[in-house]
Amino acid sequence: MNAGIPLNYFLILATIMFFVGVYGFLTRRNLITILMSVELILNSVNINFLAFNRYLFPHKLEGLFFSLFVIAVAASEAAVAIAIIINIYRRFTTINVEDVNVMKF
Amino acid sequence: MTTNQIMFILFSAMIIVFSILTVTSQKILRAAVYLLFVLVSTAGLYFMLNFQFLAAVQLTLYAGGIVVLIIFSILLTSHIDHKFESLGWKKSLFSALAVISGAILSIVTILDYKFSATTEAAKEIDMRLIGNSLLSVEKDGYVLPFEVISILLLAAMIAAIVIAKKGAPKKLESQTLKQ
Repeated sequence: MNAGIPLNYFLILATIMFFVGVYGFLTRRNLITILMSVELILNSVNINFLAFNRYLFPHKLEGLFFSLFVIAVAASEAAVAIAIIINIYRRFTTINVEDVNVMKF
Repeated sequence: MTTNQIMFILFSAMIIVFSILTVTSQKILRAAVYLLFVLVSTAGLYFMLNFQFLAAVQLTLYAGGIVVLIIFSILLTSHIDHKFESLGWKKSLFSALAVISGAILSIVTILDYKFSATTEAAKEIDMRLIGNSLLSVEKDGYVLPFEVISILLLAAMIAAIVIAKKGAPKKLESQTLKQ
C-alpha cells in the first residue's frame, strides 16, 4: 500500500504543514483565521501519528486511536471557539484580536 | 515511479500549496475553501496509509463538519468581500524567519534520526477490530479515553449552547428588579 515512500517523506510533509500553521497563527489578526491555523496544526500532528503507526508499529492501533481522539478534541474545540467568537462579535462588532482587549465592561 | 509515489507527490503538493494559501489569502472565505482542500487531501493521505476508517472520519467530521461551521461563522461575522489589510513587512518577515528556521531544525533532526521498525506482521484493520478495542477493558482497550472523550463532547456541546445563547438584555432585567 505504501511501498516506495519512506517514512521521512510523511514526517517532512507534516513538519511543513505544522510550521505553515504556526506562521498563520503568528501573522493573522482575525479570530476565525487563527482557528483555521490551529486546525492545520492539529491535522499535521494526525498525519505524524498515522505514519508512525503504519511504518513503525503496524501490529498496534495506538496511532489510529490517538488521531481519533485528536479529531474529537478538535471538533469540540472548534464548536466552543466559534460560540465564543460569535459572542465576541455580538459585543464588540468585530473579531479582530487587536480590537478585543477588554474582558468586562 | 510507481502510482503510489505519484499519488503521494500529488497529495503532498496539494497540502503544501493550499495550506500556504490558507494562511496568506486576503479574503477570508477563500481561506476557508483552501482549508477544505487541505483537509480533503489529508484524507487522501490516510487512504494511502490504509486507514480507511480514519479517512472517512476526516472527510465527514473535518471536511463536512468543521469547515461548514467555520464558513457559517464567517458569514455571520464578516462581509463576503471583506479584505484584510496586508501586514507590515516587518511582521511577516520575522514570522517567516522564525517559522523557516524551526522547520529546518525539525527536518534536519528527522533526517538524522534512525527509525527502527518492528518486524511483527501488520494487522488487518477492520471496523470490528476498531469497535472492539474502543470498548474493551483488556490490555489493548481504550474504554477510558472513550468515556472521557464522550464527556468532553457533551460538555463542549452544552458550553457552546450556553455561550452562544442570546442572554436577556440588561435593561429589561433591571426594570423587572425595580418592579
